[in-house]
Amino acid sequence: MPSALLYDRLQFAFTSTFHYLFPQLTMGLALLLLYLRSRALATGDEQYHQASRFWTKIFALSFAFGVVTGIPLEFQFGTNWAKFSNFAGGVIGQVLAMEGMFAFFLESSFLGILLFGEKRFSQRVQWFAALMLFLGSWISGYFILATNAWMQHPVAYSVAPDGRLFVDSLSGLLTNPWLFWQYTHNMTAAVVTASFVMAALGAFYLLSGQHTAQARIFIRTGVVAGAIATVLMGFPTGHGNARQVFEHQPIKGAAFEGLFKTERGVGLLLIGQPNIETMTIDNPLIIPDALSVVVYDELYAEVKGLDAFPRSDWPDNLPLLYYSYHVMVGLGTILVSVMGLALLWLWRGRLFTANWLLWLLMLSVPFPYIATTAGWMTAEIGRQPWLVYGLLRTADGASPLVHSGNALFTLLGFLGIYSVLGLLFLFLVAQTIRHGPSGHPVPSEHA
Amino acid sequence: MMETFWYCAVTLMLAVYAVLDGFDFGLGIVYPFVAKTDTERRIALAAIGPVWNGNEVWLIAAGGLLFFAFPKAYAAGFSGFYLALIIVLWLLIARGLALELRSHLNHTLWRQFWDVTFAGASMLLAVVFGAALGNLIRGMPLSQDGYFFVALWTNFMTGPDPGILDWFTILMGVTSVSVLAFHGANYLAMKTEGQLRGQACRAARLAGAAAAALAGLTLIAVLFVQPSFRLNYAAHPIGYVFPLIGLVALMAALGLRRRDRDAGAFYATSLLILTMLAGAAWGSYPNILIATNDPANSLTVTNATAGAYGMHVGLWWFLIGFGLIIAYQVCAHRAFWGKVQL
Repeated sequence: MPSALLYDRLQFAFTSTFHYLFPQLTMGLALLLLYLRSRALATGDEQYHQASRFWTKIFALSFAFGVVTGIPLEFQFGTNWAKFSNFAGGVIGQVLAMEGMFAFFLESSFLGILLFGEKRFSQRVQWFAALMLFLGSWISGYFILATNAWMQHPVAYSVAPDGRLFVDSLSGLLTNPWLFWQYTHNMTAAVVTASFVMAALGAFYLLSGQHTAQARIFIRTGVVAGAIATVLMGFPTGHGNARQVFEHQPIKGAAFEGLFKTERGVGLLLIGQPNIETMTIDNPLIIPDALSVVVYDELYAEVKGLDAFPRSDWPDNLPLLYYSYHVMVGLGTILVSVMGLALLWLWRGRLFTANWLLWLLMLSVPFPYIATTAGWMTAEIGRQPWLVYGLLRTADGASPLVHSGNALFTLLGFLGIYSVLGLLFLFLVAQTIRHGPSGHPVPSEHA
Repeated sequence: MMETFWYCAVTLMLAVYAVLDGFDFGLGIVYPFVAKTDTERRIALAAIGPVWNGNEVWLIAAGGLLFFAFPKAYAAGFSGFYLALIIVLWLLIARGLALELRSHLNHTLWRQFWDVTFAGASMLLAVVFGAALGNLIRGMPLSQDGYFFVALWTNFMTGPDPGILDWFTILMGVTSVSVLAFHGANYLAMKTEGQLRGQACRAARLAGAAAAALAGLTLIAVLFVQPSFRLNYAAHPIGYVFPLIGLVALMAALGLRRRDRDAGAFYATSLLILTMLAGAAWGSYPNILIATNDPANSLTVTNATAGAYGMHVGLWWFLIGFGLIIAYQVCAHRAFWGKVQL
């Protein structure tokens, strides 16, 4: 691989992965925040008001880091992937521009009102701002996923004489069949992250004997939302995604499962290490026939293995893809179990005194982040070697005149700056947690 | 026809961006000189706190619109100015964090650090954005397939092998700093009272004098560096309204400033910025990126376009979206109308 291409890829992978740590929390939190504010407005309960204000602060922090790390992504389409932008801009430019016009203004205008309007506006106006914030962030997710869905499964385009692609149906682009499962799966994942964060913080407060009334609200909200969302992650959204991968991107599907050879009645591989040289799996742990059933509803259905496809079309990092997929599914299973247990204990009225379960909730907080990141790695590494599936190879998409010295310079710069950003974020969140939800009615001072 | 509409739409989005984010950049430039105590600094920051993020979205939206309407120009321009654009990103990150994080900790060193970051990033971004406009006016050597790459600087001359920074683009950068400082100081004066307002007025008068001198110098330099602008204006003399209105706006801004009419001066500098960008777009049309080596290689509204269907269908959502944006933005700015209260 020419080194400029490697740095271009690493830079986009790093900056987008880092960026997405923030929106996955804000998009999910936008929904939970809307719930808290609705409860506050309906009941007039001061506890819910305090909870709303507190989570608005966390939301604002995460949102700010999401905004500053998000701008580089739009820029990098042009700076590092000029040939891709030239090739596909006539299609994806449409959805990216719509995201700016329909989502970003909505979010930024109403976040200002929510953060600075504590004293100026009534509860009703603040509730409305929370609603708009929720809409804005979910619309934003829709447009950016429409872009990714098109890269996974290009539709609604025509080829111009010079080889560039132009959109020929906007409705076709916005209703890309790929998008439905991808969007529902991704947005549910955002709710999972936010629920775990909320429940974990509640567990932390309860275990340490602080803000206990608030902590119960956090846990109740987080556990109920989390239990619903973790189930939806697997079925129907995860299942729907897996099926469309096997249907439209069978190579990716085979790589998920470490399936080197085409077989009938294929088992579901739980654990094992792929060996690319011998094309086998070391130390396999398999549920017989399960994959055939999951994908094709049929015990002896044939599932295509990697051997059915030319090697030049294989994803270029099979082991990483295989592990990403398995980490996602494995953690997904753990997350649904944790939330299921917590819901059961909540229902029996014992959760708030079950210290072991509170500990479990608290310590689980990194897992939804890891699972979501692994999920996106699965989607994107699995799309390789294509940038636009079946139409443009990644190697043909980079900027032709940006040499490796420049690309490495900026990659190193991003690594350094984002390390500082990560530390700052953790420090400020810890600060906010230490301050706690009760007490001051006004966000300390926002000036 | 559609191409021209989108050329105007992108210019309009960028011009509104320059006016709106321009005042918070300008405020950042004069900030360390005007606001001395922590209370003054908090008031100054509160003047832009609820709106700066929305202002910045105009840049993102304008970039998205350029990508949508002229993907070839977007690809060539963004990769060609690679280092400058990445540095812009880093500065935007630093500046955004400074604005969001300063209030989170009540510690002198923490606040001093973010103050310097905010002011420094605002100043440098004003320079880079001015220089960027200078690069578009001067042009760059474009290959036949429509790509180019320019280093940050070469010999600081506008000749055949230019850098992003040369004497002309630096002049544009400095002019941009002075105009935005004038604009931002007018805004700050309009939003504050008492001593802080007095200091902002003094800064505005100083920046105004510098802006007037530099803008004149820049105008002469443009005619010298990019002769095609002169031809464009000669062929379509109606375009002279932009520099003329710009001149009137500048005079009005200086006059209103002398009489301490804060809001009037602010609206006048807004108009000045709008007409400066409109005038540059008029001179450049139909070129988006001007090739200095061979005019046939220039990327224009016709050869960089995104296809007829996309441009037509885009019209619908753009008009709806633009209406919504105006509504939100009016809401957001109206909500925080008047003098700042902490």
